[in-house]
Amino acid sequence: MIYAQSPLAIGLFSCFVLFVVGLSFYLGRRTTSASGYYAAGGNIHWFTNGIAFAGDYLSAASFLGICGMIATAGYDGWMYAVGYLAGWMVALFLVAEPMKRLGKFTFTDALDSKFNSKSIQLMAAISTLVVSVFYLIPQMVGAGTLVTPLLGLPHAAGVVIVGVVVTIIVATAGMASTTYVQFMKGGLLLIFSTILVIAVLNRGLSTTPDQGGTKPYHDFVTLQATVADDGSLQLSDPSFVATADWKTSTFGEASFVKLSKDGVDSIWKMTEVATGLELEETLYKAELAGGAVVYNGGTAEDGKFFAVGHMKEIIVNGETVTQTGALGPFAFLQTVQNSNIVLWGSKIIKDGESSYTVYYQKPTLGSKILRPGMKFKVDNATASEKFNFISLMLALFCGTAALPHILIRYYTVPSQAAARKSTIVAIAAIGFFYLLTLFMGIGAMTNGVINIMDNNMSAPLLALSFGVVLFAIISSIAFATVLGTVAGLIVAASGAVAHDLMDNFLGMNMTDKGKVMAGKLAACVVGGIAIYLGIVFEGMNVSFLVGWAFALAASANLPAILMLLFWDKTTARGVASSIGVGLVSAMGLILISPDMYIRYGLLPTDAPISFNSPALISIPLSFLTLVIVSLLTQKDVNRGHATEAA
Amino acid sequence: MGHGPAVKLGKDNASPYKTRLGINMFIFYTLFYVGFIAINAVKPSLFEMTFGGLNLAVIYGIGLIVFAFILALIYNSLCTKAELRMNK
Repeated sequence: MIYAQSPLAIGLFSCFVLFVVGLSFYLGRRTTSASGYYAAGGNIHWFTNGIAFAGDYLSAASFLGICGMIATAGYDGWMYAVGYLAGWMVALFLVAEPMKRLGKFTFTDALDSKFNSKSIQLMAAISTLVVSVFYLIPQMVGAGTLVTPLLGLPHAAGVVIVGVVVTIIVATAGMASTTYVQFMKGGLLLIFSTILVIAVLNRGLSTTPDQGGTKPYHDFVTLQATVADDGSLQLSDPSFVATADWKTSTFGEASFVKLSKDGVDSIWKMTEVATGLELEETLYKAELAGGAVVYNGGTAEDGKFFAVGHMKEIIVNGETVTQTGALGPFAFLQTVQNSNIVLWGSKIIKDGESSYTVYYQKPTLGSKILRPGMKFKVDNATASEKFNFISLMLALFCGTAALPHILIRYYTVPSQAAARKSTIVAIAAIGFFYLLTLFMGIGAMTNGVINIMDNNMSAPLLALSFGVVLFAIISSIAFATVLGTVAGLIVAASGAVAHDLMDNFLGMNMTDKGKVMAGKLAACVVGGIAIYLGIVFEGMNVSFLVGWAFALAASANLPAILMLLFWDKTTARGVASSIGVGLVSAMGLILISPDMYIRYGLLPTDAPISFNSPALISIPLSFLTLVIVSLLTQKDVNRGHATEAA
Repeated sequence: MGHGPAVKLGKDNASPYKTRLGINMFIFYTLFYVGFIAINAVKPSLFEMTFGGLNLAVIYGIGLIVFAFILALIYNSLCTKAELRMNK
């Protein structure tokens, strides 16, 4: 309704897909060895690998999710970006070079390099699969979310398209084709995000954002009302009529009122003022008793559900203005900070068998938007709320260096110095992109482009406000974003199955050619599972599951990696136990968290724990397990049995 | 067992130096990150203080990103010098 299919976007996407599939088949003919398939022969240039890191890491959650979250919750959305970027310092300073030195194809190789332990091979492979699948689901769901508005295809079609294309990319040339897809995607994302931000700054800020004069902003109406002696509502615009039970209805009890004009219902937010009542126009989506869905009194195609996001009042140098003209990056942030912006709240109201989701205006000071507190409760927070926040920031910090699909990229470069340099390129590229997200998010917040029902589309819709060409390019890059990340995940998961489980754990002693074939078959199976999960989990929040994946990776993998590198007394049983305890404790705490209780249809207050992020408990628990088990199994080391019988 | 690097790596005499340097710089950056979380947890209103027209929240956030890049460059420069010196 807010967006229409763009033939240009479809054309660009098709060209990109044909190009990468063609490239994959070309590279596939040259990929005959296991080293070529799993590690791109170990001869990728550090700069290419660094940008590919960015292409791998900047998933749909980063590009669509963070921009959307900033657009609706301001600085709190950007805190994810700050946490994600900080996590790369763990990778650079502690993990990059040792990972390159110790491993061959998978992250399990590095963990098991000292021990040749069956239990490490099994536990690390399981951890890789679990973390990769949890990361895969949101990417595939994101693919379906994108394809519906942009190509006019159903959710399942988007999931199948991405799943099939990525499986072809991975099954033909493995890490070689995956690297070049990620490199192109990473490069394109940086270039066109920069162009989009320059366009936003050049346009400046306005109280009536008209998208460069191409689309007038919907002027949300305010009505004055008084209550008559008979209890009826007298409105300043008599063409609107309120029902007799306006005050006692479920709407009235929630401080809203349903009005009717020319047979079309609208919902208004009521605020008491000195002269009576002030009614502010809202947006609503109604799921009516008969199953019909109404958007602001019309069908989806009627276009009555407007895109939102505007400045209520702009203050420049102490004076109120209606627009600013072009601004530099710091002046842009300063102006937003000093002004007043309309954010949107939502409320669900049940009216008999019908359910209304009402979106209402929340004018908010820019100084509140550009500091923490809109999404995370930090002011006057309870101990539990503080715990939850610290735990989330810990998971973001520790998760990056423990993601298997990121770690395997260290095996594609020729030396430890190249591993280090590629991490620095990744930090530069990812850091720069996260700076851009702040401007893209606030740009969407103030340019009247947000679909308030699904903020994931904020960045592409911001691009649409600058013309269909930029929209088509940004949308194609959004698809490419999913392709690049999913390809990396499938390589990691197929390596865990073929190399860690089949070759090492089960001792199948495959030939080099057999390892490549096993990897390709595993990629096809994992790709099929990813398609299935992407369809089953339709509607699941994208960033929610990415948060899970980070918490699981940080709890299961990071303690094992760090202790293996920096504590001589670490034993095989200690490593395997720590992975198991980290994985089970993090997942267990997530399953009994208040957020999950909401998804079970239960009350969040009934959950046995009051926090959603498990990292602050599960990471220390994993470390503790490793230390205790390692100390208890030192006897094995002293007897020369540090390695379990293979 | 199919472990060991995918490509043949030469001996790196600078490895212990780089490990020590990495740990020290990691601690340094982590303290900066902990400061950000601590302000959120203890006194979030501090983030409203303005410097040069921008509030502390924005400056600290941008600072964490830019500082990461600067530290990464310093780390690389010191590691490269050590590699050249010790792996002659």
